[in-house]
Amino acid sequence: MTLVNPVVLAPAARAIQMLGGDLTETSLRLHLEGLSGVDAVGLEERAAALGTRSIKTASKAWALDKIIELIDLTTLEGADTPGKVRSLVAKAMTPDPGDMTTPRVAAVCVYGDMVPYAVDALGAAHSRGTGNGINIAAVATAFPSGRASLRVKLADTADAVAAGADEIDMVIDRGAFLSGRYGQVFDDIVAVKEACRRENGTYAHLKVILETGELNTYDNVRRASWLAILAGGDFIKTSTGKVAPAATLPVTLLMLQVVRDWHHLTGERIGVKPAGGIRTSKDAIKYLVTVAETAGEEWLTPSLFRFGASSLLNDVLLQRQKIRTGHYSGPDYVTVD
Amino acid sequence: MNFLEYAPAPESPSILHLRKEYGLFIDGEFVKGHGKPFATISPSSEKHIAQIANANAKDVDVAVAAARRAYDRTWSKLSGADRGKFLFRIARLVQERARELAVAESLDNGKPIKESRDVDVPLVAAWFFYYAGWADKLDYAGLGASPAALGVAAQVIPWNFPLLMLAWKIAPALAAGNTVVLKPAETTPLTALLFAEILQQAELPAGVVNILTGAGDTGAALVNHPDVNKVAFTGSTAVGRAIAKSTAGTGKKLTLELGGKAANIVFDDAPIDQAVEGIVNGIFFNQGHVCCAGSRLLVQENIHEEVVDRLKRRLSTLRLGDPLDKNTDIGAINSREQLDRIRELSDIGEAEGADRWTADCAIPENGFWFAPTIFDNVSTSSRIAREEIFGPVLSVLTFRTPAEAISKANNTPYGLSAGIWSDKGSKILAVADQLKAGVIWANTFNRFDPASPFGGYKESGYGREGGRHGLAAYLQTSIDAGASRTPVAARTTITKKVTK
Repeated sequence: MTLVNPVVLAPAARAIQMLGGDLTETSLRLHLEGLSGVDAVGLEERAAALGTRSIKTASKAWALDKIIELIDLTTLEGADTPGKVRSLVAKAMTPDPGDMTTPRVAAVCVYGDMVPYAVDALGAAHSRGTGNGINIAAVATAFPSGRASLRVKLADTADAVAAGADEIDMVIDRGAFLSGRYGQVFDDIVAVKEACRRENGTYAHLKVILETGELNTYDNVRRASWLAILAGGDFIKTSTGKVAPAATLPVTLLMLQVVRDWHHLTGERIGVKPAGGIRTSKDAIKYLVTVAETAGEEWLTPSLFRFGASSLLNDVLLQRQKIRTGHYSGPDYVTVD
Repeated sequence: MNFLEYAPAPESPSILHLRKEYGLFIDGEFVKGHGKPFATISPSSEKHIAQIANANAKDVDVAVAAARRAYDRTWSKLSGADRGKFLFRIARLVQERARELAVAESLDNGKPIKESRDVDVPLVAAWFFYYAGWADKLDYAGLGASPAALGVAAQVIPWNFPLLMLAWKIAPALAAGNTVVLKPAETTPLTALLFAEILQQAELPAGVVNILTGAGDTGAALVNHPDVNKVAFTGSTAVGRAIAKSTAGTGKKLTLELGGKAANIVFDDAPIDQAVEGIVNGIFFNQGHVCCAGSRLLVQENIHEEVVDRLKRRLSTLRLGDPLDKNTDIGAINSREQLDRIRELSDIGEAEGADRWTADCAIPENGFWFAPTIFDNVSTSSRIAREEIFGPVLSVLTFRTPAEAISKANNTPYGLSAGIWSDKGSKILAVADQLKAGVIWANTFNRFDPASPFGGYKESGYGREGGRHGLAAYLQTSIDAGASRTPVAARTTITKKVTK
């Protein structure tokens, strides 16, 4: 710990409010390491207990629609093409061509260079920061590894914002975090947030990916969540989807506890996005239950909760069809993307 | 729509095939009782479930004689491996009929189905599996050479975990080679009677297990029966004390598992979210009808407000209602008598100056209900901090130093269980070392396992159930060879007297 000549961190309103004006690596470290510990067994038990809620009939129908409204429909492959992105956007706008009552998803999530194609394909359906319509989320900051210079990360971010991204999904530098350089991670997030600023002074929404699968302990997840919030993140997100394990219910529960506590402390609401590995309606409903019983039902809105998912949508559509028709169909009755 | 008002998801009692009337289970068959039959009702609706036979002293004689005969002629002649086979068979049947048993338990007891389904019934099966494994290994249990069965065991169990307490009693008794006469609680006989049907299905030799339904007088006749070699009781300290008196000098081996007033100690370095869950589980699990419930919360003063605040917010999310609904967290109080006692003690708590807070939840019209309640700023001398309430009522006290926590935790006539919450292992061990309680949980609460012995200090009783220790309670070992077996004279008289 550097006690002599502490590095003064880049300004961030939340952290200054919470920790005081003399924001240093040391004060940040003391705060993060002073957070209450997490008992892994207890956390996992609580998550498992929430997973036993039985959501039936009207509640289930409501939940299925809500899940669709909360999805960031995602394609993040090296092999992505403009055609693939257009197809993804079409699916986002009309998830089930056989049932026009199906709600639209919250956003499409793509690599930065695909943003122009998504903007083009969405056309009038693009929300453009109005909150009406579908958002475009772009992963940035050398996603998924985050292994690039800050200069490159900021350029990556600014490019995506300039191209029309409404939301930026950044990754934290896990190497810096695990070696205890919290200040560096903090500064990165603050800088990326600044890079999210549009010409008109508004900001693209910033989701901070913690990559919990690489953080090893729940204590680390809690610290990283606080760090991301203090540095100005609008959302905390579990995973890139490129590292196993991706989102798990206990990790998401823990992050929800952090945003609940932050809200209790400051009155400010931070979003949570589990991403990767949530493939079935049954699993997604467990997340809805966990959100509602931890942070509160008001979190079940696209500005505060998202699923980062691709195959989940089709399973939800099959379940919706089952409710409507009374029988299960098969994968041929939903569209591939 | 309000998502948190989850649509009803009830288990259906129609999966049960209940009889209108149940007799006593003696010598492998259901027979009529000679006392006045009584009804068992569902505490959540006060609806009648079935008519239950009532055993009088004569029925007790017949049942004990049947157990004695089964012991002499069959059970004591079987090898441990063969006894084990029966226990394994019972365990598997419990698993096969788990759903039915869970529904019956929730119907008759009032506990939420998620608890009977996920805790009670799986533990029942686990208990039989565990002791089935011991049946042929008694020589290797570390209890000396050739431990021998005691004979006939009289067992009286409470209403809070009807089937689980039955398993805690019957599994080790049979594994050790004893035969059994068991009396379930008056308000919760249903699962014991379903269990009797399982015994028939398992083709357990007649008379090895006999189940007598009835009230306190049936229990008294049973434990005082001269041809009984072992008495095991779980219930109130007052009754336990009476049993200890009446069995003194008779040579009957006795285990008592009685009341408790457990301290749940939360240090300021505790994992706070999990501690709050643990506090909730400690006192609101099974509506607080748990002898080892963490009914006294001792919280370090510097986090007192935060903990109480978090606790209240958490309690506000608990769902009270239909025990058969899979989303119910808090079920019904088991009986009107118990509800009256909880109300009375809560009123006393309020009168003695503690701050009462009750979760805001709708109480169903019929049945017996008590909303989760916290008393803050309770003093150690208050009755709600000293007496066992046996309901969903938590008393909150504070402490400053570990020494103060230990002294307050031990300042009770009971000593059944305790909980410690801290992220610091050394602190947990140091504090646990000084707590006078039979079971101490660290960073968890109300956790049971058949391999782990359970039992108390002081007025919480003596003897241990579960694990290797639980086996010793049903065996004559070289360790307690000094104690005499049942007087042979008493045994012959009774055998003569009883005619079938």
